Amino acid sequence: MLDISAVLEEIKASPYTELSVRAPHCGLLTFPGDLKPGDPLSGPVGEWKEKPGTLLATLERERNERPISCEEKGELAALNRELDGCFVEAGTEIARYRHFLSREEVLQLILKRALHLFIAPERAKYYFVPAVDIKFKVSGPKAVTVHDGDELFIMSRMKREASLRYSGPEGVIYAVYFIYNQNVDAGAPLIGVCPPDLVPQVEEAVLRVQTEWTERN
Amino acid sequence: MEIEKQVQHLTERLIYIRDIFGDKHNENIRLLVSKMEDYRRREPSLSVRERRAAVLTLEDLFGFVEKKLEAELSPMDMVRIVRHPQRICLRDILENVYDNYTEIGSMGEHSIDPSMVIARAYITRRRGKKTIDQSVMVIGQEKGHGEEFRNGGSVKPWGNAKALHYMKVAETENIPIHTFVFTPGSYPIEDTPGAAQQIAANIYGMSSLKVPVISVISEGGSGGAEAIALADRRIMLSHGYYSVISPEGAAAIEGRLRSGQRASQELVEKCASQMQITARDNLRMGYVDHVIQEPNLGARPYHYEFFRNLRQELLRVTDEVSISVRGLHLFRALRLRSRRKQAIKGLDFEKAYVRWNLPSSAQNRLVNRRHRKFRRLSLHAAPDYTPFSKRLSSLWQEIGWGLYTHFKYDMLQRQQQKVAEYVDEVKSEWTLFFDRILAPWRMLMSKIRGAERKVSVETERQLTELSEWDDNQEQRGGNWVYVSAKARIDRAVTCPNASTHGCLDLWAPDLYGEFAGVCTNCGHHFPMEHQWYLHNVFDQGSIFEFATDVEASNPLGIEEFEVKLAEAKRKTGHKSGCMVFEARINGVRLVVAMLMAAFRGGSVGAAEGEKFIRAAERASRKRFPFLAYVHGTAGIRIQEGTNGLIQMPRCTMAVRRYIDDGGLYIVTYDTNSYAGPVASFLGCSPYQFGIRSANVGFAGPGVITETTGILVPPHYHNVYKALSRGHIQGIWDRREMRFNLYRALLTMGGRNLYYR
Repeated sequence: MLDISAVLEEIKASPYTELSVRAPHCGLLTFPGDLKPGDPLSGPVGEWKEKPGTLLATLERERNERPISCEEKGELAALNRELDGCFVEAGTEIARYRHFLSREEVLQLILKRALHLFIAPERAKYYFVPAVDIKFKVSGPKAVTVHDGDELFIMSRMKREASLRYSGPEGVIYAVYFIYNQNVDAGAPLIGVCPPDLVPQVEEAVLRVQTEWTERN
Repeated sequence: MEIEKQVQHLTERLIYIRDIFGDKHNENIRLLVSKMEDYRRREPSLSVRERRAAVLTLEDLFGFVEKKLEAELSPMDMVRIVRHPQRICLRDILENVYDNYTEIGSMGEHSIDPSMVIARAYITRRRGKKTIDQSVMVIGQEKGHGEEFRNGGSVKPWGNAKALHYMKVAETENIPIHTFVFTPGSYPIEDTPGAAQQIAANIYGMSSLKVPVISVISEGGSGGAEAIALADRRIMLSHGYYSVISPEGAAAIEGRLRSGQRASQELVEKCASQMQITARDNLRMGYVDHVIQEPNLGARPYHYEFFRNLRQELLRVTDEVSISVRGLHLFRALRLRSRRKQAIKGLDFEKAYVRWNLPSSAQNRLVNRRHRKFRRLSLHAAPDYTPFSKRLSSLWQEIGWGLYTHFKYDMLQRQQQKVAEYVDEVKSEWTLFFDRILAPWRMLMSKIRGAERKVSVETERQLTELSEWDDNQEQRGGNWVYVSAKARIDRAVTCPNASTHGCLDLWAPDLYGEFAGVCTNCGHHFPMEHQWYLHNVFDQGSIFEFATDVEASNPLGIEEFEVKLAEAKRKTGHKSGCMVFEARINGVRLVVAMLMAAFRGGSVGAAEGEKFIRAAERASRKRFPFLAYVHGTAGIRIQEGTNGLIQMPRCTMAVRRYIDDGGLYIVTYDTNSYAGPVASFLGCSPYQFGIRSANVGFAGPGVITETTGILVPPHYHNVYKALSRGHIQGIWDRREMRFNLYRALLTMGGRNLYYR
């Protein structure tokens, strides 16, 4: 059985993911002059993430300069300065940076470990079957227990409707990810199912993350 | 109570003066402030009579100072005047100039676009003892004294669509249209019908409206103004401005400022005076017909005398337009001509009566007159240095072509067609008749020969084998006639879609050579120079350029612009940003006007407009299809001011004449095409195509965000988006442009390409 507290402790012990930036292809490497370990880095910004993140290095191959930008917000851990001005092979590590987990990311990490996600098979609108829907509305999502093979959803697309059966471990519905009357893309999670005995622990962990986790800017 | 009102009124006048002049003329403003304060201090101790006297003195002082300041107004002060919330707006005019009106489709903010107000109104006039109500359609932008929902008179595309709709209604009802231009510019969004495309539709529609159109310009900001300002007579208010761009916008471009930065006040003032945007400037250049004098420091809603003058002028001008195209008008025209002076003397125009609805012959004359009027404009700004001998010979050629095509198409072909149609009919009847008679015999024969009957080898091959690659068509197997200079550089190029599509780097000699600047993985089109198209799209050696000596100039005498122009001319080897030529595609002859991005961003000034018009006229004369290939255009050339702006209606009218004559007009957009040209003579084409990866739109993302506050997603102006919005009609691959263009000519022009 999953030990939520241990997972939480584990995340607390290393509250960031360390990401490595590697040369996408061979070429002559140059670093921006003022970049040094410990510097804060920004990931892509803008409403559509259209502006690239902090420039980490420039890689020139056949007189074609390619900027290498930071993909996530974080802090520069190491910069291989000794490669500055050198020709590097594809895959050479250029820099490492730490991306500190946000509250949302920690929650997702925990839920990913604790829940079984049931995925939408195709792009459509999804509804619970009436029996589940009533139970859901009266007593809330956690009152619904699902078993493998249960008829759980109605999948509706372009006025065609088909029923969809749940497949996966037995448990209660912990989270619902789709919105009534809105399309869900294929591959997006519909519900997260949690073993019944794990529910209190998950709830406690979520509460703790929401109250205790401090985000680093 | 009355005195209180007067004081309140004076306070408002003071606020107005302060707003207009800001930090300038401080001593005058201080004088007024101190006098006002002085009065307020003394007020409680004064008797009613003394108060009245004091207020009268104050009013005199205000009048004196206003007169003094009026003499020193700078163009930028006038811009501030027309933008001021106290400035008269359309509803004031409706209230005070017309005798009665009904607003159409709006009630305050409840309207498809509250910044565009449309009303049916009438003016009551007398003829003898009879009173006559003369109806007009009033259309104009409404600033609403600063009401927020009016957007300051920036009309959204659907507002302009509504205006066009009611212009057509007026045309059906045969009543004149009075348009009032109170706009700083159009609201720059692409949502269907699209700012640019709708303005183009408006200009195109207005160019041939069969009713008199009179426009009155107070604030004429660029494309937004042109959407309703194409008129038989254009009147301007003396304190208004009419310009291709706001002085701030011009300053931002002059000062090369990035978005968000503000230009200094001095630079804005300098730009405002250099751009020659005032009523007097526009009258001198011929872009407006009359100027109506406003009271000192501009008209405000309480200037009733001004409204009376405006009414008189509107009556006079509408009469003048109506009568000038009527068959019988000798005495009335003579009288009208002398009446302008009489109006000043105090005689009114309420009496003599001219019918404003026109008979059909007069309608055609009106439209022709309007076209001729606009054709003559801005010629001074596009000097033509063609030698006299060359002009003479081209004149002869033109006459020759005119006669030849008239004889061939209008006379001979019409008869030929009639005969051919008749022969065709007879043939069909004959075939049907014989088929019936011979049917049994044929059946018998086919039964006898059935087994022996064989399909020819060629037909069999065509039906069973895959079609072959034709090197002369489509992509020519990568063997291009012209190869870009960029292909000579040994380097790699990264596709902008590399991160999303996983495109590998391309070697420039491959990319710009064989691949014709197209990414082999995702199909992204890298920009190519216009020469590539000249050589690879049209038949070898078929290009014949004309009007080469019409030269881009600096009509407003903008500082240092001469040098920039000379540099562009040297760099491109062309005298203007528009190249006009005749060419062939697989033997099909056509006239092409090409806007070159390399020449000052492909901006359109008087010379470019003139060349475009000549190209359209040549195509019309020779009965050739007309292609506008837009290698890139940044809009109207702002350094030419109104001389550039007027090309919007001028060129659109030329296109309209050409299309009405039965021509086929195709537009192809490449790289980036924005603003004025798209919002007029390009956007009005029924067949517009985009080269892949091109951008088409009205205003760039920076301008949209700055003026509307809306963030624009990446690729907002991409041709695919433009196609989805219904702005263009198709997207072509660069490598297949020759093939697609040829097919378009065949499918859209029919067999004779020109005649429908």
